[in-house]
Amino acid sequence: MPGTDPLLLDEISLLLVWTAVAIYVLAFIAYAIDLARRSDLALKAKDEVVARELVTAGGGGVIGGSAASSASTVASKPRYLWARLGTVLTTLGFVFHLVATVLRGVAAERVPWSNMYEFALTGLLLIIAVYLAVLTRYDLRFLGSLMTGLAVLLLGGATLAFHVEVVPLADPLKSVWLVVHVFVASLATALFALAFGLSVVQLIQARRERKLAEAPTDAEPKRSFLRTVPSADALESLAYRFAIVGFIFWTFTLIAGSIWANDAWGRFWGFDTKEVWTFVIWVLYAGYIHARATRGWRGTRSAWLSIIGFTAVLFNFTIVNVFFKGLHAYSGLTT
Amino acid sequence: MSSSPSDPSRREPTDGVLRPSDHADSAAASDSDDITQPRLGVVGWARWGWRQLTSMRTALVLLLLLAIAAVPGSLVPQRTADPNGVTQYFTDNPDLAPVLDNLSLFDVYTSPWFSAIYLLLFISLIGCVLPRTKHHWKALRSQPPRTPARLSRLDDHRTRTIAVDGDPDAAASAAVDTAAAQLRKSGYRVARYDGRGTFSVSAERGYLRETGNLVFHAALVGVLVAVGLGGGFTYTGQRVLVEGQAFANSLLDYSSFNPGRFVSGDTLTPYSMTLDQFDVSYVPPGQPGAGQAGDFVAHVTTQAPGGDPQDGEVRVNHPLDVRGDRVYLLGNGYAPTVTIRDADGREVFHDSVAFLPQDANMTSLGVIKVADGLPEQLGLLGFFYPTMDVLPSGALTSTFGDLEYPVLTLRVYEGDLGIDDGTPRSVYTLDPSGMTQIAGGDSGNPAIQLMPGQTEDLPNGLGTITFENEAPAGASGYDGSVKRFASLSIHRDLAGPWVLAFALLALFGLLAALFVPRRRMWVKATPSANGVSIEYAGLARGEDPTLAAAVDQLVEKHGTALPAQSRPDTDARPRPTGPEAGSPTPPQSQPDTGKVD
Ligand code: HEM
Repeated sequence: MPGTDPLLLDEISLLLVWTAVAIYVLAFIAYAIDLARRSDLALKAKDEVVARELVTAGGGGVIGGSAASSASTVASKPRYLWARLGTVLTTLGFVFHLVATVLRGVAAERVPWSNMYEFALTGLLLIIAVYLAVLTRYDLRFLGSLMTGLAVLLLGGATLAFHVEVVPLADPLKSVWLVVHVFVASLATALFALAFGLSVVQLIQARRERKLAEAPTDAEPKRSFLRTVPSADALESLAYRFAIVGFIFWTFTLIAGSIWANDAWGRFWGFDTKEVWTFVIWVLYAGYIHARATRGWRGTRSAWLSIIGFTAVLFNFTIVNVFFKGLHAYSGLTT
Repeated sequence: MSSSPSDPSRREPTDGVLRPSDHADSAAASDSDDITQPRLGVVGWARWGWRQLTSMRTALVLLLLLAIAAVPGSLVPQRTADPNGVTQYFTDNPDLAPVLDNLSLFDVYTSPWFSAIYLLLFISLIGCVLPRTKHHWKALRSQPPRTPARLSRLDDHRTRTIAVDGDPDAAASAAVDTAAAQLRKSGYRVARYDGRGTFSVSAERGYLRETGNLVFHAALVGVLVAVGLGGGFTYTGQRVLVEGQAFANSLLDYSSFNPGRFVSGDTLTPYSMTLDQFDVSYVPPGQPGAGQAGDFVAHVTTQAPGGDPQDGEVRVNHPLDVRGDRVYLLGNGYAPTVTIRDADGREVFHDSVAFLPQDANMTSLGVIKVADGLPEQLGLLGFFYPTMDVLPSGALTSTFGDLEYPVLTLRVYEGDLGIDDGTPRSVYTLDPSGMTQIAGGDSGNPAIQLMPGQTEDLPNGLGTITFENEAPAGASGYDGSVKRFASLSIHRDLAGPWVLAFALLALFGLLAALFVPRRRMWVKATPSANGVSIEYAGLARGEDPTLAAAVDQLVEKHGTALPAQSRPDTDARPRPTGPEAGSPTPPQSQPDTGKVD
């Protein structure tokens, strides 16, 4: 943008980022209230059906026990007012976030993902985008507080810790592969994030289902938002579906990264820190997919693998990135 | 998930997918290897061991082990990726380092334990994939399995009844014909199974899923083999070229050379390469990113024997292809040109010496060695500052990477350079033990300080030293007064294209393996006195979230093709359909996550 001061643009962008973070905080609160209220609502709803169905749902085969009950609660819309408010706020925050990211790109005159601050900016934008896109097909609002919470923590943290002013791109980053590789990696991260959220809820739900199955049928049902959430089995299938799409993108990231490494460093693979972690994450998710197909590993164990996998992704995104810079002295080629 | 253990077609001889016995979809417990103890005996044990090794559980455990085993290599510096880091680690942790070294922790990815894990994994993989390939090959050429007797036991089951005027048998057969045609058109392989008063078509699709899975796993083997074998035919060599210098692609001309196992030095492709000019630009002071260097370009001329000289450019991210070799830009820096004359004015040294950059502003460190021509050998340890400034402490520093105020300072040592006995010494280091410092430091003489074009006396009347100004006539300021060097890395990589090809194959295999739904469909028509009852059923082979929708679609499509008086029955076992219960909406269009199976 000739004539526009990049510093000014970046300042506006930064302002928008903080606005987005603030709105995400509100969305988080709305979602949290929603979860708290769900337990009440669920209690008021007639319960004995649910309890009976849950027991069968645990048995495999037929899915839909608690899912059906959740569906029927979904049907009576007004009761999820807070969740709707959360989604509206998240969407609003997303718009600010999007404009901020675009402005940052305009200020820098390149794609806005080439340093830690920008990785976080774009990566979290994609996480929220994927979450919102998925909402149009599945009611995953019970993940809302987790997603917005993640956005607040990471976006706020990254802006505080990593914000740098726009500087020209270092030579090694001047490559189409920066555009492709990093974008696809962020997309994969977004999908893994959703799978992670679902796996977490799956674990909690599975625990509850186990307890319910053991409890005498006439026991006083405990209040919990989980009553309004799909069964552990259903959550697992859904988590798996996001994870495999994420895994495809991650595989592509790995290949694209190797092609880039071959152009930039003269070898497609060198077990550099960043490469090691990308590989470790790939193997972990391959393990997760296998676990889903291995007797005795489906369910809780595979959910743990999904959680471990995403933890590794976050570790790679944060700690390894910071560490990675220290290792990568391009022998005088970059500052 | 859709397929419960009670699946009636489970034990069909033509079952299309062979899975390790502990696969989640395999028939349960009875043939589980936990329970059945093998008969003792070599063959029995071997078979049992093989079955363990090729089980899903082993594959999973090995995968997780692989992930864990890869981690230490990112925590401890690796010899291949960061040799200097390893040296530093030994200096910093003199006690710990040898212990780690014994555990191969500086060479994790070639260590025996890491190799053991991935080799076992790949043996397991091959042992798993081969029988499945054979089985799949057969399945590809066999018919879809016989229609199960009781379709109603399947999860996804629908029925409808049609009224008929004429012969119910003919109507039933015709209805199945229609279904068969429709199924075939949507990509199913179909087989008719009529008899015992029923007419049915059995259909199967999605063989590509298993093909994709096998291709994926086989391609992984391909990647491993390509990396392993290809590495043997790969070489890399490093060379520092100062502007104006040329080099020939032969072993002698490399400063370091790493050949693969099957590369011999005399097979290098012959060509020569001259560095004509090295360009770099710096962000001027006062702008964001001030001082940052970029747009590095090495302009070179290459020439094959008997060929014409060709101009080329080596840039970061854009290596230059020279007769199948790829030339990479690894680094750059300044190479001050220094001339040393003896007391009589005879030239004893004249060269451009590459100085290694130490910081972002190109403070550079270099060594000049004068082995002959003076009474004693001379070693000079030099610092070069392209834009020199004085820190408050009095120390010199460089404040900008470009040549604004270039200054060269030198400490001088006299004595034995230690190169006469043939011990290899790096050209970038000077070992001053056994030498006497005669300029700089505590020697009593100040360090020599020169700008381009200046000459000074060496201490003790040894002679003079000149820092040559290399600027072309008419250059402004100090532009071009000091030559630059490019450090180039030359690679021949035969593995790369193969690895890429296998990796892409794996990716496409994976896409098919994960997203092509594999399923069976059956349409069965049973004629009776008051019409024909038609049953539809689907069975997923592996993950198939859209199965129910596909069965619904089949029912609908088939209905429209039937005579008008047909009507769907309400299913004997209504599926939980949530708020819109009873409505025929396909499950996946509901916002509810429960309908995943
Ligand atoms: C380098 C090691 C391996 C990797 C990275 C790997 C990765 C994968 C991936 C990503 C999938 C999902 C794709 C699909 O469902 O078709 C998969 C599936 C599968 N793998 Fe592997 N695998 C490895 C080794 C093995 C071994 C050793 C076995 C044999 C025991 C095996 C057996 C299977 C089977 C049976 C499936 C299908 C699972 C299903 O039914 O969903 N894999 N593998």
